[in-house]
Amino acid sequence: MPEYGIMEDGMKKVSKTTKNNLITYGMVVLAYIIVQILVSTGHVSSLIQGLLVPFCTYVIVAVALNLTVGILGELSLGHAGFMCVGAFASAVFSLAFKETMPGGLRFFLALIIGAAAAALVGFLVGIPVLRLRGDYLAIVTLAFGEIIKNIINALYLGVDGSGLHFSMKDALSLNMEEDGLMLIKGAQGVTGTPNDSNFTIGVVLILVTLFIVLNFINSRTGRAVMSIRDNRIAAESVGINVTKYKLIAFTVSASLAGVAGVLYAHNLSTLNALPKNFGYNMSILILVFVVLGGIGNIRGSIIAAVLLTLLPEVLRGLSDYRMLIYAIVLIAMMIFNWSPNAIFFRKRLKQRFIGNKKLKKEA
Amino acid sequence: MKKKMLSLVLAGAMTAAMLTGCGSSASTGTNDASAETAEDASATEDTAATEESAETTESTESNGATFKIGGIGPLTGGAAVYGIAAMNGSQIAVDEINEAGGINGMTVELNFQDDELDAEKSVNAYNALKDWGAQVLDGCVTSACSIAVSAKTAEDQMFQITPSGSAVECVANDNAFRICFSDPNQGSASAQYIGENGLASKVAVIYDSSDVYSSGIYEKFAAEAANQSIEIVSAGAFTADNKTDFSVQLQQAKDAGAELVFLPIYYTEASLILTQAADMGFDVDFFGCDGLDGILNVENFDTSLAEGVMLLTPFAADATDDLTVQFVTTYKEKYGETPNQFAADGYDTVYTIKAAAEKAGITADMSNEEICAALTAAMTEITVDGLTGEGITWDASGEPTKAPKAVVIKDGVYTAM
Repeated sequence: MPEYGIMEDGMKKVSKTTKNNLITYGMVVLAYIIVQILVSTGHVSSLIQGLLVPFCTYVIVAVALNLTVGILGELSLGHAGFMCVGAFASAVFSLAFKETMPGGLRFFLALIIGAAAAALVGFLVGIPVLRLRGDYLAIVTLAFGEIIKNIINALYLGVDGSGLHFSMKDALSLNMEEDGLMLIKGAQGVTGTPNDSNFTIGVVLILVTLFIVLNFINSRTGRAVMSIRDNRIAAESVGINVTKYKLIAFTVSASLAGVAGVLYAHNLSTLNALPKNFGYNMSILILVFVVLGGIGNIRGSIIAAVLLTLLPEVLRGLSDYRMLIYAIVLIAMMIFNWSPNAIFFRKRLKQRFIGNKKLKKEA
Repeated sequence: MKKKMLSLVLAGAMTAAMLTGCGSSASTGTNDASAETAEDASATEDTAATEESAETTESTESNGATFKIGGIGPLTGGAAVYGIAAMNGSQIAVDEINEAGGINGMTVELNFQDDELDAEKSVNAYNALKDWGAQVLDGCVTSACSIAVSAKTAEDQMFQITPSGSAVECVANDNAFRICFSDPNQGSASAQYIGENGLASKVAVIYDSSDVYSSGIYEKFAAEAANQSIEIVSAGAFTADNKTDFSVQLQQAKDAGAELVFLPIYYTEASLILTQAADMGFDVDFFGCDGLDGILNVENFDTSLAEGVMLLTPFAADATDDLTVQFVTTYKEKYGETPNQFAADGYDTVYTIKAAAEKAGITADMSNEEICAALTAAMTEITVDGLTGEGITWDASGEPTKAPKAVVIKDGVYTAM
């Protein structure tokens, strides 16, 4: 009999995670269906329609960062940098093959290139840093994000009949032929990227990201990673290779951020590495999505990313006051999510609600 | 109590957002009466009230159709100076036009949205303007944003005219035009000016390699310099992240024996360069582009250092022609500052839209696609006498044709050369 009890407990636990994950997938699919219905019946303003792809971008990168911050337990302040790598790698590819490749195939390859480039960079950054203990990852990724932005701002890349030309000085020193195509024009960035991404692709990518991240968390590797987060010494003592597992999680996280970058790059026809979109401010913003959504809570990241991207746009009507209100809402959300009083209040509310339900059931 | 306060604030924010709906700071469909009634109301009520009265005015004056111009530029953040100036300039033009009876009898409404100097936000702003019902677009103020938005306006067939988006690609589409000179135009014009007037043969350049405007001008300047037998003896680059100390670039220019330093940059950095050059005893001529406009208004800057600086600009606030004097007076009255070139660009943009709309005979019942087609055709036929040039004409490529003006700073004022 006791054995049966344990088994039941075990099954319950597994089914609870699965159920939880299914709710997350279902939420995304449901949101997609509702939005599609609203769009086809013409109930969605152009503002919201234009925001659909950015939603997907930020959701993906927030989920990716949550893998590092929530599951791995390391602080990364360079996810905008990984986005930047993915965005530029894929945008250069798409621009170079704009005429010679059909859109679908080109985007698929761009996606793989962007993810691979970001994963490679994440791996390289991770090798030295993830061996250390403490906040070094935060410091190094912060610096990395700024370095990437500045390198891209000084990078000139062109292609013509005689192959690729590359310079760190200016466009003139590329010595390109007349009919050559400029791919990256220093600070002017990449211009003329085909607009390949759309909402459907974005949602599919969110689902793929969720699939990767949620399965990662519930896998053997994921458990190893979480054990490192919870107690490094205990994890080491049972023979877990700490650096290896940290690297795996961080590389996956970086490559997913690269995917978000690909989506970003193919939504706009210009791509510049500005402090605004790929600087540390953006990294902090992504961190805000994760923290406000709940560290380690994937579903929360999705909701926070959508809400916080939507908010400044919805507040456009307030013109000059909107940034002020945005800040107030951030503070209010933080209090609601993390202050002990607010947590107690929420618990009481929940108890009352569930308690009522139980009472009704009994009655 | 705290919770109550919090919920009050949040509820207030939501209702305010719902009431104001589509932008208040820049909407101009209000008449004097409504402004008076709303004057003593509080901030949020104010916007709500004016919005409501604007709606009622629209419904009562059934024949008084409106022509909606959407504007986009950075109104917050580091580049806010340019966006706000363009917005204010456009607003003055709109007010003047409305006072004089509007465009083809239609009242003009301007809604200027913030893009925070971010291409993505710029597209969002454009979409918000579409929801508002914008019929033509006055924007964007900056190049990168303008390029991103022009891909969308081409898709939707909305007429776009950028006051100051100077990168080449800004007007790549048929429906996009611009008021300012393009970067290459400024770069080669500067080189030609220096070459033809024999100002110098050895030139040093200090430019911002992280800025589209600055590096764009530098490239074309370098290309044209070769034709003008100007030798570029040193090219010192800096980036947005280290733009406070220029001693290295200046020393480089000094050692190379430069006779003139070309500064295709904005005035904030230029004022530092001038100060540091004076400190190290580097006595040389400086030549700049329209970005230097505004250098005399930099706080704590010894304007005597700017004596003899030459710059190529389409607009000088000290010019004495009637149009400029009137504009500068109105601008100072309304906003308490001396207008810069962006304000002038914004002003001219609105008047160009007016000229094209009158030429094309735009009426209120036309769709955006029809307006776009008609205005695109009309643009090549009109000639505009504006603040930034006389007899400006356009060709189908979207580039304006106007003579570049060079001014020199003499006794603390811009003087034509």
